[in-house]
Amino acid sequence: MNKEELIASLKEIVKPYVKDPEGLKNLDENSDFIKDLKINSANLVDVILDIESAFDIIIDNESMEKMLTVKAAMEIITTKLSEK
Amino acid sequence: MGVAAPNGVGIPAFTDAIKKGISGIHFYKELEDLNFSCCVGGIPPVSEELKQQYLSPLQLRNFNSSGILYGCIAGMDAWNDAGLPMNGTDNPDWDSGTVFGTGTSGVEKYREAIYHVDAGNVKKLGSTTVLQIMASGISAYLNGIIGFGNLVTTNSSACCTGTDAILIAFERIRSGKAKRMLAGGCSDHGPYIWGGFDALKVTTYKNNSSPEKASRPMSATASGFVPGSGAGALVLESLESAIGRGAKIYGEILGGAVNSGGQRSDGSMTAPNSTAVQRCIKEAVEDAGIHADEIGLINGHLTATAKDATEIKNWSEALNRKGKDFPYIHSLKSMTGHCLGASGAIECVAALLGLKNDFIFPSLNCEDVHPEIAAIIDTEKIPHKLIETDKLQVIAKASFGFGDVNSCIIFKKYTG
Repeated sequence: MNKEELIASLKEIVKPYVKDPEGLKNLDENSDFIKDLKINSANLVDVILDIESAFDIIIDNESMEKMLTVKAAMEIITTKLSEK
Repeated sequence: MGVAAPNGVGIPAFTDAIKKGISGIHFYKELEDLNFSCCVGGIPPVSEELKQQYLSPLQLRNFNSSGILYGCIAGMDAWNDAGLPMNGTDNPDWDSGTVFGTGTSGVEKYREAIYHVDAGNVKKLGSTTVLQIMASGISAYLNGIIGFGNLVTTNSSACCTGTDAILIAFERIRSGKAKRMLAGGCSDHGPYIWGGFDALKVTTYKNNSSPEKASRPMSATASGFVPGSGAGALVLESLESAIGRGAKIYGEILGGAVNSGGQRSDGSMTAPNSTAVQRCIKEAVEDAGIHADEIGLINGHLTATAKDATEIKNWSEALNRKGKDFPYIHSLKSMTGHCLGASGAIECVAALLGLKNDFIFPSLNCEDVHPEIAAIIDTEKIPHKLIETDKLQVIAKASFGFGDVNSCIIFKKYTG
């Protein structure tokens, strides 16, 4: 999966939780889930659960803590996929 | 006001149903498959489309709490019906709050959570489990939607819950601590909430093949209650405030009372202490500043158990009225079943609809009035058919609950 495809699938995953439609439209590697997309911090755990099931990976607590931006999410997903 | 009742969701549908005496009780195969003795119940008809009118796709994601759903429908409808806006500003509405009770809600969500936890998958509970299983889930959801800034709480006192909520909200306004309060009660449907009552043998097992005849308050052939579910909600505010903003007024709350029999004497965890019941009714009449003779109608608790006759005896002794002098009396549960934590709120909505629109809804399935009841009151006082009358001025409504708790409200017609 290339970078663009990964961003596209993340965009689809976070869509239900995004409170700022503009933020979703402009979503890129540097988007911050809370600051730019206005996702409620409690919903971040749901985003991570949805990522886990979409990519069939398990994200540990340490990785979860780091997953605050699209970029961090992409790195963690790529690492976890490569470990499979 | 707003309502999600087994025989009608929304004020227009519910008004039509109670005037026509339409039962909301149906047979549920799921209950039969689970070996329930009572396989009939009352569930408000709520379609997926209707759900989406009240909750956003995000709110409905991983949502599994029927009680909270019914509470949101009734609560939002009540707020709209009162002509009040959903607060779209950044500021809480400091003058408005809610007391929205539940007996139990979120039980299906709890079940989901237990399976995940037991399988070692606690992470899968996601973000919404707490919100849906906490007792105050319903008041928290409504707060998010409406934006209150005053008291936001959930009360719980078994089958008194809905009636108690209204009285707590009433006191809040009477003491000047809030201008308006959304008051109500809600309850889940389904086997996990109804199972305990089935096991207690307080539900009927004799009417599975005739659901509409199953809920039989005051009948000689009453054999236990039919479990129901749903929600009812009312917006309370001071008369001045309501008149000031030209609000629709369904009726006035003159007063009320709550008490407990302490599970002493003939009271127990599951049975009311008659001395306390009578005292509660008398105190409500006194608080309302009326004479017992002014009560034209009693909206009873009347669940269709052996306790119905005891309830009538308590009303009769507390009001010192009997025979032809007894007020009209009816039971909404004959159409909805016993909606548990929601019952008091749904029944208060029904009472006020009758007061405002000049009718007394029929009490179904008691053509064969129980002989112990017929010995106390003239059976003409139990309406089997709709009565249209503009003479009705005062209604007494009471609820009694497990734990030996009682509550009674006195409503008066608003004549301007």
